[in-house]
Amino acid sequence: MATEVTPEPTDEVLTRLQERFPGAVEAAPEPYEGLIVARDHLVDVATFLRDEMGYAYLSDVVGVDYPEEVNGLPPRFEVVYHLFRPVGGPLTLHVHADRENPVVPSLVPVFPSANFQEREAWDLVGIRFEGHPDLRRILLWDGFDGHPLRKDWHEVYYEEEKKPFGSRWPEGHPVMAESRTPLGRNLRYPPGWSPEDWRPTTDPWGYRPHDEVAEQKNPAMPVDRVVLNMGPHHPSTHGVLRLLATLEGERIQKLEPMLGFLHRCHEKIGERNTWLGNIPYTDRLDYVCSMTNNWPYVLAVEKLMGVEVPERAEYIRVIMGEFTRFLNHAVSVGFMCNDLGIYFTVMLYALEEREFILDLFEMTAGSRMMCNYMRFGGVAHDMTEEAVALARELAFERLPRFIDKVDAYLTENEIFRARTVGVGVLPPEQAVAYGCTGPLLRGSGVPYDIRRADPYSIYDEFDFEIITAPDGDVYSRYLVRLGEMRESLRILQQALNRLPDGPVMAGKKKATVKVPPGESYGRIEAPKGELGFYIVSDGSPNPYRYHIRAPSFVNLGVMGELCRGHLIADVVIILASIDITLGEVDR
Amino acid sequence: MYASLHLVKSLGITFRRFVETYVDDLRWFFKGGFGARYRPDTLPIRQSPTKSRGIFTVQYPAERLPLPERFRGFPFLIEEEGKLRCTACGTCARVCPPQCIWIVRASDPETGKPLREPAEFYIDISICMQCGFCAEFCPFDAIKMGHEIEIAAFDREKDLLLDLERLRKPLSYHAQIHPTEYAAEQEKKQARAAARARK
Amino acid sequence: MPTRKRQLPEIPPELVGTVHVTPLDRIYNWARKRSLWPMFFGLACCAFEMVGTFAARFDPSRFGMEIMRASPRQADLLIVNGTVTKKMAPQVIRLYNQLPEPKYVLAMGACAISGGPFKEGYNVVSGIDKFIPVDVYIPGCPPRPEALMHGFLTIHARMERESVRDLRWYRKGEEVDTSVPVPELGPDLVDWRLAEQIEALQQPATDNQQPAE
Repeated sequence: MATEVTPEPTDEVLTRLQERFPGAVEAAPEPYEGLIVARDHLVDVATFLRDEMGYAYLSDVVGVDYPEEVNGLPPRFEVVYHLFRPVGGPLTLHVHADRENPVVPSLVPVFPSANFQEREAWDLVGIRFEGHPDLRRILLWDGFDGHPLRKDWHEVYYEEEKKPFGSRWPEGHPVMAESRTPLGRNLRYPPGWSPEDWRPTTDPWGYRPHDEVAEQKNPAMPVDRVVLNMGPHHPSTHGVLRLLATLEGERIQKLEPMLGFLHRCHEKIGERNTWLGNIPYTDRLDYVCSMTNNWPYVLAVEKLMGVEVPERAEYIRVIMGEFTRFLNHAVSVGFMCNDLGIYFTVMLYALEEREFILDLFEMTAGSRMMCNYMRFGGVAHDMTEEAVALARELAFERLPRFIDKVDAYLTENEIFRARTVGVGVLPPEQAVAYGCTGPLLRGSGVPYDIRRADPYSIYDEFDFEIITAPDGDVYSRYLVRLGEMRESLRILQQALNRLPDGPVMAGKKKATVKVPPGESYGRIEAPKGELGFYIVSDGSPNPYRYHIRAPSFVNLGVMGELCRGHLIADVVIILASIDITLGEVDR
Repeated sequence: MYASLHLVKSLGITFRRFVETYVDDLRWFFKGGFGARYRPDTLPIRQSPTKSRGIFTVQYPAERLPLPERFRGFPFLIEEEGKLRCTACGTCARVCPPQCIWIVRASDPETGKPLREPAEFYIDISICMQCGFCAEFCPFDAIKMGHEIEIAAFDREKDLLLDLERLRKPLSYHAQIHPTEYAAEQEKKQARAAARARK
Repeated sequence: MPTRKRQLPEIPPELVGTVHVTPLDRIYNWARKRSLWPMFFGLACCAFEMVGTFAARFDPSRFGMEIMRASPRQADLLIVNGTVTKKMAPQVIRLYNQLPEPKYVLAMGACAISGGPFKEGYNVVSGIDKFIPVDVYIPGCPPRPEALMHGFLTIHARMERESVRDLRWYRKGEEVDTSVPVPELGPDLVDWRLAEQIEALQQPATDNQQPAE
């Protein structure tokens, strides 16, 4: 059953830190949470927290722009870190940087998981991280003009600071919005820039680091060094991921995921949207499991608003969340087999189950994929009796059969084992250091599951196991997914048996919600790992900062390490075992 | 070494899937004669999570899956007794997350006073994300999410910008696709009428 | 023996005089219709719905299009399914250029049509039709599988209107180059077809100041 959770002792951390680093740490003023750490001591404080206080897990790095004085703090750039212990809530660290020359020491030497996230903060907010081994743009391309998430940077479409806009078509007759931008194309160039004299000097496709990879000399078998592009159009990269690999023969010497081919400016658009208007946008993050994308966002906002969610709504959320987990794992195992060359067999079986689960979603929420189901303080509609009956049929009869079938089909299958056992081994220490979560982490034998470590909703009322597998290879991750599907069904069966009556919404549904000023970090155990939303409210109808800590994005950070030394044919299967969705990676 | 027991077992599973359809065909044949499995009235059984065996393909366009009542297609405006329910209050345009709704309020041609009806109403369904907020937050139940999905078009600007004429749908369409919701609406209306009569 | 009257498809009024319907066309179009090979190409959310469409429940192999080819050289239908970002646009256009004639483009979902809900994003192309000619648009976010299949049927309807005589890929003498110049990533996406317009736009900007940032 549920483990005892110790309340978050930020005060205790503060006293210990002040003893050790006098003058370097102070409590953040209202309405902010956590601590403010002096820039020069950040690395020492982080090392101390990791080694002495047990905060081994850096989950989230966010850059925030405050161009004006607010809440008694000067104009600044801020980097916000969220650290976690194996049990309990977040420790929030704020580090301030100059508005003119924003530089913050890099945490990559302490927490390798900061690598991708610091690059993202550099790319989008323009904060430089001193000591970062490879500070390049990650989502946009080298040579892009400006840092888009700064508050004074406006896109070409810029109409107003906040939605709702005065009018989409103020001319009095409908005009396609893009035809009002200078070229009618959503394009803009810096002043004085001319295509005639433009000579590309930047490296938009990121080949330069690969040109510098040293050639390894193997006297026994001389091979050529090849730089190989996989993607962005490749059938087994699960979307528009591009893998850039340097090969010696067929062995990977250096591999890096190149991101941003689906960077849809989610966060910039999110800061324009109303609080409510962001819910359908979150659906489009991880488009395989939209229900669990709504959840952490509404959780974070509910935390600020202080709304209590009715019991029936919590049960419905759990039911939808666990169906989503099942759906994601089934499809993920299917895709994995697809990449192995078991052409579409398991995938077709999984998609068949998916259709039934989507029927349930469509019946309840109104859409197959983009459910837009959760609201602040509950869910949008009640589950009808018909839907509950379908859910029962699925959870008690149909889906268990599917798991048994996949189990019998793959688990002992010699070919499957030959391709997966011992491939892409991730040791537990490395998994934690790289901030991996979800089946990737549990496949390395670390029993960390937010449903138990930091329970949200009503997960402490259910009886389920945290599935781990010790070996950390692709096969272990497959076993974890299979086990988690079974556990999901266990939770579903309990929830459906105990589903209470009552309202599904606290109060009335409102189009404009009042969110008190403050910051909050809501996270859940999404099927792919920890999905967190960091939101800052300034009391207005729109979020001030809206950041998504996407599990796929952070998990992908370890991809290069996992592939080193493996054959090129193993890259696809390692990627499939990490289980990414590009909508979430690139946002 | 690789060709051994479990591989055969795996192949057995795929083979079973392969013959299942034929076995099911035979079962239906004995029940209802030749081709009984593919009659339209058997669609709910073929599409049921517990009863379906073998292939479960929907033979679109010959047969269609029934859309659930809550399905969100594209918005339409309800026309009741020759008049739109819409009062041009603009709530839908304000809540619309991608801001694809545009309303011009009608004004009285003589006095110039604004009327409670729209003069122009455009929804750009090339932007619409089908979130259903317009229908959810409309205070007059005037805009609803329709069930039309087959609207592939050749021209973006002509076909995908819906104007008032294309958005206008009769109340009977609403009653047909949203039976439960319509019944609840009618009940509320009658209760309100009864309360007014009592006063 | 009664002679059966040939039933020719009706010519839409706007195409009378330009399209000649012959039995040869009918056979030719029937054959092409029934062997439309889409490219296995995924961009965003709609791609997953497309995968769902190509699975057991909806099964477009009934239309002779079950084989999704990962290589553009072997396909003739490009389904642009999802948000085309500026970073991805050069790749999409390169793929389009590599498709052999006859090629058809289907814009699936709001994002591919116009940028959709992400239209205002700084990294989003406002519709793939700004770069490549689109034959059929399927609105929806994402469109249901039935809507996608209706899109296929709409493409079939478009094919039925075509005639062997005036298809561009059979024209002798004149080489028709349908390829689109691939844009590059500069400070923003650089579409070379717009070079002059960009030049013109930048000229006053250097004299005065930059249009409102």
